[in-house]
Amino acid sequence: MAITISLPTVLARLADGQATLEAWGTTVGEAVAGVATRYPELAPRLRDATGNPYPFVTFYLNDEDIRFRGGFAAKVEDGDEVTVVAAVAGG
Amino acid sequence: MPSASSGHQLVPHPLVCANCGTRQPAGPTAICPECVGPLEPLYPTDRIFPTREQISTRPQSLWRYREWLPFTGEPTLSLDSGCTPLVDAPALATRLGLGRVWLKNDAVSHPSLSFKDRVVAAAINAAVALGLDTVGCASTGNLANAVAAQAARAGLPAWIFIPHDLEVGKVVGTAIYGPHLVRVRGTYDDVNRLCAQLADRYGWGIVNLNLRSYYGEGSKTVAFEIAEQLGWRAPSAVVVPMAGGSLLTKIHKGFKEFREAGLVTGDAPRLFGAQAAGCAPIVNLVEQGGEQIEPVRPDTIARSIAIGSPADGLFAARAIRESGGWAAAATDAEIVAAIRLLAETSGIFAETAGGATVAATQALVKQGKLGAEDEVVLCITGNGLKTIEAVQGSLAESPVINARVKEVAALVGKVDPTKLATTRILDTQTLAGQSA
Repeated sequence: MAITISLPTVLARLADGQATLEAWGTTVGEAVAGVATRYPELAPRLRDATGNPYPFVTFYLNDEDIRFRGGFAAKVEDGDEVTVVAAVAGG
Repeated sequence: MPSASSGHQLVPHPLVCANCGTRQPAGPTAICPECVGPLEPLYPTDRIFPTREQISTRPQSLWRYREWLPFTGEPTLSLDSGCTPLVDAPALATRLGLGRVWLKNDAVSHPSLSFKDRVVAAAINAAVALGLDTVGCASTGNLANAVAAQAARAGLPAWIFIPHDLEVGKVVGTAIYGPHLVRVRGTYDDVNRLCAQLADRYGWGIVNLNLRSYYGEGSKTVAFEIAEQLGWRAPSAVVVPMAGGSLLTKIHKGFKEFREAGLVTGDAPRLFGAQAAGCAPIVNLVEQGGEQIEPVRPDTIARSIAIGSPADGLFAARAIRESGGWAAAATDAEIVAAIRLLAETSGIFAETAGGATVAATQALVKQGKLGAEDEVVLCITGNGLKTIEAVQGSLAESPVINARVKEVAALVGKVDPTKLATTRILDTQTLAGQSA
């Protein structure tokens, strides 16, 4: 499955300045793993040492927090969009 | 405003990452470029703190604690926020089974009737000092009101994003100031994600995102004011409503800073967090232990604290644990009943977050976490007139009568005689016999 991964500016600089990346896989985790291999400097800002989502970012699959869809195990389809956002929030 | 730095232009402090310690110059960013962790203001190590007496002579606003706010120089905007009443509430204390209760009444905060005036006062000064020409926020309502009001009087354009289905009072109470108000389909968490992306795209000062490092520090003034208003001491406990978790975290920091400065002696207060049962991810973390927030989908009338993915939730849970406190959640029905209890015993009409705070306090008393030996401050963070939908259906319909004394007499006759203390000087039968 071909999907896109959008990065915030703070992380895009670790991916040769690209704010949108193409990625492939059947799950969010597989797609992120591919990106991590292509951009080693970006890798530790997407996944922690155990391979789980890095705690200071939140992943959204087509606008839905992946934590509601099984985390990195969330299935993706062609054309899906994964958005990475720094985990900052307040009411 | 008298100050050692009088006449100096306001300059925001530089920033430091709370996770990895990387330092950054002052700027509209709340994210560490190295580790993506949260940035905090870096205060000068040679700060000279004022004495209690010096503070007490300063104007009645949150800027009387300016040495603990993230700037040098003089603020120019929102000089009237802060210094809300601390109200003794003996009747509520009796009903709750607590030794003593004070209400920190930010329902009458200036200018927009919630504690968000404090954080926006800090953020809007930071925005102007950093040369930003537009401000904004993602909000559950109270922040929208505060940003819109304070941006209007500062002459700044504001872009404000809220969930599409907020209470009428929150929407009108924002739109009246003339901002660009945008209602987003979805929950607050959807709005927050959108604004995180917007902050990255436009050069706006989104107060609770890229100005968050400065914004959050304004909440510490709740703790400073409680300490000063109690005669430079802490209560035994403080109960705080939790949305993103920042307020409780900053109150913890505020009490710690005043103790370190020698302004407050004695034990630090135990901190207790309150959430709605329909959105209680921080309460869940406190009750279950661990170091990771599990997000929830909010389903509660307490819209102002309905944040399912609270970014400061872990920090709030840690502050609660470190202080020896606890957390509790309240159902919507309990929240409504508690709003009424608060109003009927103290004369303060709180919005739903205040109901959650009072109801959670009741739960904490039942659990034995708080008791008759405690002197407790309840943080009432917003005004009930903003969320009348929450309680309207729970109140008895008022009778409509003609302007006749005998019709009033008929109503008085229906009232329980034990509740007729104010009519002792009159004879109701005489009233009933009078011609209208």
